[in-house]
Amino acid sequence: MDAILKTEHLNLWYGDNHALKDVTLEMPEHQVTALIGPSGCGKSTFLKTLDRMNDLIPGVRIEGKVIYRNQNIFDPQVDVTWLRRHVGMVFQKPNPFPMSIYDNIAYGPRTHGIRGKKELDQIVEKSLRGAAIWDEVKDRLKKSALSLSGGQQQRICIARALAVEPDVLLMDEATSALDPISTSKIEDLIADLKKTYTIVIVTHNMQQATRVSDRCAFFLHGELVESGETEQIFSVPKDKRTEDYITGRFG
Amino acid sequence: MADMSSMPEQEKKAEGKPSAMTRFKNRFGLHSARDVVEFIVHTLFFLCGFVAVACVLFISAYLVISGLPAILEIGVTDFLLGEVWDGRNGEYGILPFILTSLAGTAGAILIGVPIGVLTAMFLAKVANNKVAAVIRSAVSLLAGIPSVVYGLVGMMVLVPAIRELFGLASGSSLLAAIVVLSIMILPSIINVAETSLRAVPKEYEEASLALGATHIETIFRVSLPAARSGVATAIVLGIGRAIGEAMAIIMVSGNVANMPTSLFTSVRFLTTAIASEMNYATVGSLWRDALFSIGLVLFLFIMLINVILNVFIKNKKED
Repeated sequence: MDAILKTEHLNLWYGDNHALKDVTLEMPEHQVTALIGPSGCGKSTFLKTLDRMNDLIPGVRIEGKVIYRNQNIFDPQVDVTWLRRHVGMVFQKPNPFPMSIYDNIAYGPRTHGIRGKKELDQIVEKSLRGAAIWDEVKDRLKKSALSLSGGQQQRICIARALAVEPDVLLMDEATSALDPISTSKIEDLIADLKKTYTIVIVTHNMQQATRVSDRCAFFLHGELVESGETEQIFSVPKDKRTEDYITGRFG
Repeated sequence: MADMSSMPEQEKKAEGKPSAMTRFKNRFGLHSARDVVEFIVHTLFFLCGFVAVACVLFISAYLVISGLPAILEIGVTDFLLGEVWDGRNGEYGILPFILTSLAGTAGAILIGVPIGVLTAMFLAKVANNKVAAVIRSAVSLLAGIPSVVYGLVGMMVLVPAIRELFGLASGSSLLAAIVVLSIMILPSIINVAETSLRAVPKEYEEASLALGATHIETIFRVSLPAARSGVATAIVLGIGRAIGEAMAIIMVSGNVANMPTSLFTSVRFLTTAIASEMNYATVGSLWRDALFSIGLVLFLFIMLINVILNVFIKNKKED
């Protein structure tokens, strides 16, 4: 098993609140790892630590390591923009920029210095195809991304993340604000994307976890209770608390 | 107010022969002392609100009535496009004033907008709370300084500085007025632009950072475009403030009715033309009436700016 991304004894505090407790977890390449657990269990915090989006929150203190391709991302010589370019993120609420569809997708590549129109055109098409939305928007690339439906907006956000050619894609409850049809489109997309990318998702939806993930990690009160193959977790959980959660006894 | 007169017909008849007072009370649905108080306070509010409307209507009507005849007598083109103004000798061309007002405002916007918008970006997105608090209180102080003080400082400091710096006979010039105006419009630009930058949803900025953009890249390429209608509003407000200012610039601009041919020319604005000559023009003379006509032209400019402003605000709401 080749872990492209792993954490070692990761601890995180929001002020005095110990939000992640000694989390050690491996996320293997070209697999979908689902982080599950009740609200406030630390799974979103864990996800945001992987691309250092927690840096933005005042009062956060982190100990331990997050290792991406043999590099501890908290090392002082690591450039956070380099990290975020390789570890992309899709947010819970679709958040396309208030600009055209084209400019949304081209934003990342432009930020990283790509200016040629031809090259950008290619990236935009490739990314939109990659996010399975090209056919729906190819005739209106100049229209505002905000004119699209929520499900389309979320796929625009996925395309925008793909446009900088990341290695890892983090998805923070990316379907929780969407209707069932859009959700299933994005789940199909995740299955497709894992051929190229390594994916980590946070989800509240147990069915979704079983449908899309290869591996699962169950968080409770900031602790990683159990992790392993999704099939194993859902059929023969080792920990009583995991069993209680996935059978719906709490959460 | 509509509900007060909606008393059912039958009730009125059933009351027999009511006194005039009762009829009045019933007419407006005033059944108790509290109703009477309500009615009085309602009326008071309405009258207060009406004062503003009445003033605007009165000023508009007054300016048209007192300004229009002179324009017609002089001739619209002679008045608006005439290049010579000499009230004593019957020359009433206000083109120098119009162009000076436009040039002064444009210059102030050219200097004031970049400084103001960058300050707003700094306050809204970069500065820590302590620094921002200091700057913000400085900005509100700037807004509170009377314009005559701006003029005074401009006259004592800026005008001699320009004279020395450029080796002129006099520093009183269009340039001095532009500098003073650009400082005076800063507070309105900063406040409005900062508010709109703060209103940019955090999600946009997070998305940009998550793509590997730096903090500064994010501010310029996501936050600023997302706040563009607010920034446009700030600019229009600045224009309105600059074009209407009189006292500060009368003291630094030289106040001569020249065409604004260079930054170093002594000039006179629409506002300063009125302020400086009103005391000399004989009541009833065409000269005096022409000054009112200048007021009308200025008023039309300001109205135009307000219309533009409303368009921006409307667009903002639709976003």
